[in-house]
Amino acid sequence: MKLKKNIPLIDQHDKYGFWGDKFGGSFIPETLKKPVEDLTDKFKKLRKNKKFIRKRDFYFKNYIGSPTSFIKLENLSKHLGGAQIWAKVVSEANGGAHKIYNATVHALICKAMGKKYIVGDTGAGYAGKMLSMAAKKFGLKCKIFMGAKDIRRQKPNCDAMKKNGAEIVPVYSGSQTLVDAVSECMRYWVSNCDNTHMCVGSTVGPNIFVKICGWSTAQISRELKTQLKKEFKKIPKKIKLINCVGGGSSAYGFWSEFIDYDKKQIELIGVEAGGPKKSKLHAAPLSRNAKIGILHGAASYVCQNNEGQIQETESISAGLDYPGVSPIHCFLKDSKRARYTYATDEAALNAYKMVTKFEKLNPSLEPSHAFAEAIKIAPKLSRDTILIVNSCGDAKKDRDILRERLGKY
Amino acid sequence: MNNSLIAQSFQNAKKENRPALLTYTVAGDNTKKKSLEILKSISKYADICELGFPHNTPIADGGQIQTSAYRAIKNGIKINDVFSVVRKFKKFRKNKPIILMGYYNMIYQYDENKFISKCKKSKVDGIIVVDLPYPENKIFASKCKKNKINFIQLISPTTSKSRLKKIVKDSHDMIYYISMLSTTGGKLKVSPKKIIQEYQKIKNQNKSKNVVIGFGITEKTIRSLRKADGLVVGSAICKEITRSIKKRQNTVINVTNIVKKLKNKIQ
Ligand SMILES: Cc1ncc(COP(=O)(O)O)c(C=O)c1O
Repeated sequence: MKLKKNIPLIDQHDKYGFWGDKFGGSFIPETLKKPVEDLTDKFKKLRKNKKFIRKRDFYFKNYIGSPTSFIKLENLSKHLGGAQIWAKVVSEANGGAHKIYNATVHALICKAMGKKYIVGDTGAGYAGKMLSMAAKKFGLKCKIFMGAKDIRRQKPNCDAMKKNGAEIVPVYSGSQTLVDAVSECMRYWVSNCDNTHMCVGSTVGPNIFVKICGWSTAQISRELKTQLKKEFKKIPKKIKLINCVGGGSSAYGFWSEFIDYDKKQIELIGVEAGGPKKSKLHAAPLSRNAKIGILHGAASYVCQNNEGQIQETESISAGLDYPGVSPIHCFLKDSKRARYTYATDEAALNAYKMVTKFEKLNPSLEPSHAFAEAIKIAPKLSRDTILIVNSCGDAKKDRDILRERLGKY
Repeated sequence: MNNSLIAQSFQNAKKENRPALLTYTVAGDNTKKKSLEILKSISKYADICELGFPHNTPIADGGQIQTSAYRAIKNGIKINDVFSVVRKFKKFRKNKPIILMGYYNMIYQYDENKFISKCKKSKVDGIIVVDLPYPENKIFASKCKKNKINFIQLISPTTSKSRLKKIVKDSHDMIYYISMLSTTGGKLKVSPKKIIQEYQKIKNQNKSKNVVIGFGITEKTIRSLRKADGLVVGSAICKEITRSIKKRQNTVINVTNIVKKLKNKIQ
């Protein structure tokens, strides 16, 4: 399995939408064929349209607040010894996470397609919050599907959604988490695709949704590339880009500009949710070697049983608590361009404690998984190694969980 | 696929000047044994029986069928049990066509080829895969055909004309027309007249194909669509199973009564 150079990874699929011949595709009911095809055509045109690109860049700059800063974590680096630890503080983006890029682009597409209604799924509540913000900004009516368990554990983001005028539809089936929210959102779209646009909250789902999301979050690595050149005069010789992986949208966005580099120069490390230390359930299909399966319209590594029933997952981080993963990350894994590992709930909590103790940074539980890996490997690495963590979310939403588990927030 | 049991069932119904009645139940709902009993009993009135192999992440099913599917999975139904239900049913009523219906991941995990050969052995007559649309289903469909199993293509109100032509051309004995934009179990939100118009567009492509209509069909709506070659009722039946269990009544008797009533409406 080989990656091509000079072509964005999101475009390296065959005519049926498969990356590396087997990941992705569009396993959708007949009813969705037409709306998916319409969306595919529209997106193909829009991304070549200079006016649309100008509009995107305008909102990225003036609404989202690009670029987000790139900072050295001096104290943490000093404490751990070894590699330098840096952070791309994507949580500075409007709304507090990278999900705003995808949400803004989807709202713009929805407008361009002449639709007035937009629906989306959410786990941590960031995808939902951002879609509700973008919908409000662009005058769209918005519905967010969210598992009942996630509604309970991510209350601050739910409050934000409601304030923005979005309707939250609680999902009670299955594990009442992200996987069920995505299913219910797709069902809603099947029934309402004539006047409603659907946003998938990560680089998952039928092929076109992977592409739109990856195209949107890629802004993160475009900024980082410029910032690296400015900070170091040229791209340093030893870089490791560490990112948490739920569906994989922040990781793809963080890496996309750097995939063509040799992995000896720029290593890509994805960190999945290992779940509670003693639990058998996890949300780490890549690093714990799940089999390929079809979930939510695409083939990817999926936590499932022998029969093909999707497995329940468990993670302290609602944003990573998902049994599947982006087909493009499966492709990056099998082509050996990226390395995937996992962090347990406990490791993420400890990382959160350490980062907040040493730095003025408040990463949510998702990026805390990435910090856990950085903290683990930094001491073993040389001083000239640049570890960069995508701090892609703010911990405000995790207030209740952190208070419960750490006794303070 | 001349003279398949499926084609014969449509011919028989036509002789009686009525549409074929197709039922949908979930294998293992609420137990393996009960679902077989239900199947045996309703097959007295149904012309073709669709049997769902349940999946726990069904992206195109509404509440009623989801409930049936989750209940069956919870009670331990496995794919091999689904085949054994079919095998036992076919021993009881060998000329009644059985169509398996489900999601592709279940087939993918079982292995496509193994799944088809198991279908053949168990005398399955047709297969519907909800999330394997045309043209992605070409290879699978032709494998089915080689094994004399009907692969049933779906068409929906959103299917474009050029696509419709290709799908009809690639179809076997039966085509399934989805009446409206909806998951299963939705309320009929399109007028029967409009549905029949759309149905007619498919028939006009090729009169010899048997086209059935499904989604939103209940005791109340079935009669208005009786011009079709066949009509599928699923959610209304699953709903009755749920109701009977809740009320601690006999599911087999209650479900059979519903199917009997449905049949009477289209006689
Ligand atoms: C802050 C944050 N990080 C990461 C994720 C995981 O998603 P992805 O892997 O697509 O970035 C989420 C998802 O909700 C999130 O809110």
